[in-house]
Amino acid sequence: MAREKKEPPLRVFIAKPGLDGHDRGAKVVARALRDAGMEVIYAGLRQTPESIVEGAIEEDVDLIGLSILSGAHMVLVPRVIALLKTKKANDIPVFAGGIIPDEDARRLRKAGVKAIFGPGASLEEIVKTARSIARHRA
Amino acid sequence: MSPREAVPAEAQRILHRDRRALARLITQVENRDPSVEPVLKALYAHTGRARIIGVTGPLGVGKSSLINSVLARLRARGQRVGIIGIDPSSPFSGGSVLGDRIRIDRTAGEEGVFFRSMASRGYAGGIAAATREVARLLDAFGMDTVLVETVGSGQVDVEIRRIASTSIVVLVPHLGDEVQSLKAGLFEIADVFCINKADLPGAEGAARYLSELVMMGAAPGSYTPLVVQTSTVDGRGVDDLLDAVDAHEQYLTTSRTREEAERRRATEEILDLVREQVSRRLEPLLEGDPEVQSLVERVVARSLDPRSAARKVYQELRHRL
Repeated sequence: MAREKKEPPLRVFIAKPGLDGHDRGAKVVARALRDAGMEVIYAGLRQTPESIVEGAIEEDVDLIGLSILSGAHMVLVPRVIALLKTKKANDIPVFAGGIIPDEDARRLRKAGVKAIFGPGASLEEIVKTARSIARHRA
Repeated sequence: MSPREAVPAEAQRILHRDRRALARLITQVENRDPSVEPVLKALYAHTGRARIIGVTGPLGVGKSSLINSVLARLRARGQRVGIIGIDPSSPFSGGSVLGDRIRIDRTAGEEGVFFRSMASRGYAGGIAAATREVARLLDAFGMDTVLVETVGSGQVDVEIRRIASTSIVVLVPHLGDEVQSLKAGLFEIADVFCINKADLPGAEGAARYLSELVMMGAAPGSYTPLVVQTSTVDGRGVDDLLDAVDAHEQYLTTSRTREEAERRRATEEILDLVREQVSRRLEPLLEGDPEVQSLVERVVARSLDPRSAARKVYQELRHRL
């Protein structure tokens, strides 16, 4: 074909694990990713790690974004990473956003989280990072 | 396919209910990846068992919540259920926020449910170009019922009738005056009308008016859509809705209109696929073609009209395609 084939859109799963009820940040990120041409599956509030991993598999996403403000990130995020491994879906990268202290962020990165964004992160930075860490299909 | 021909491993995985394989195959179908053709071919013989039920209607009438209530009832009846939730793609960025999943209550590890969100990717009429084939994959995966929720843009969400054996049109009280329901489109495709949010005042009147409308248009002996009232707040009417769907499915079978509808759908699908192939080959031919460019210039300069230009291009293409 003469014309270059158009890349299919990246699919991203955005969810809030745990119990905090503040999802404005997650929505703002979802919208920014949409405006960057991605298909964002917005799973919303009060998701369990199980529902997130099952959802991400059903939706065949290239990236999972978790938003947590409750302080439970050291429990919930590693649980998502572990479940992905159990389900042989650890080729799907995970990023996180919220109020995450530097020391915790360091440990989460070590546990396999590809990127972590705090309150000061710009949307451009998030979109750019999302593009670069997303799973690349064979 | 001859029995000697090997069934591709991907198809085997779908038949063995491998969820990840299904999810990946759906993505490939959505992306119009030509390499899936042998897989789809092998799976076709394993389809035609699931009932495909369309749920359509304007924005905000409660389609997703209703699907959640219907899902619970179908699960209680022991059914395996696939759900496709379609939302629009941005005409500017091509991106999309798919939010139908949010309304669905799921039990962790529940094997009998598979939910997939789809972006319309520029396809008009409330579904995506790949929706038909994705519904069929859920059928091959062993689902008893596949529920398809359309975009919800309203009066033009009518493409669902090309896919679903029963189309439910969901409305709410006070959606507009009576003339709205005389307009062509949405009101014509209903096999079942559902007045949702029936806990709100006005539902009774809306249902009565719709029933009258339905009777008004009914030819003697023909099928007349049933009108039910539902509420996902107090759960009323959801069983009535399922009974109405069953009644329509029963009608399709006893009246022998099912074969007729399937023949019509097969014809449409074949033509759609031919059209897709032609347009896929057409675009690269047209783009950057100097002859086409010169026709464009003449049309812009008003020295040639668009129809004549199109006829010239068409005549040229007949040799090249």
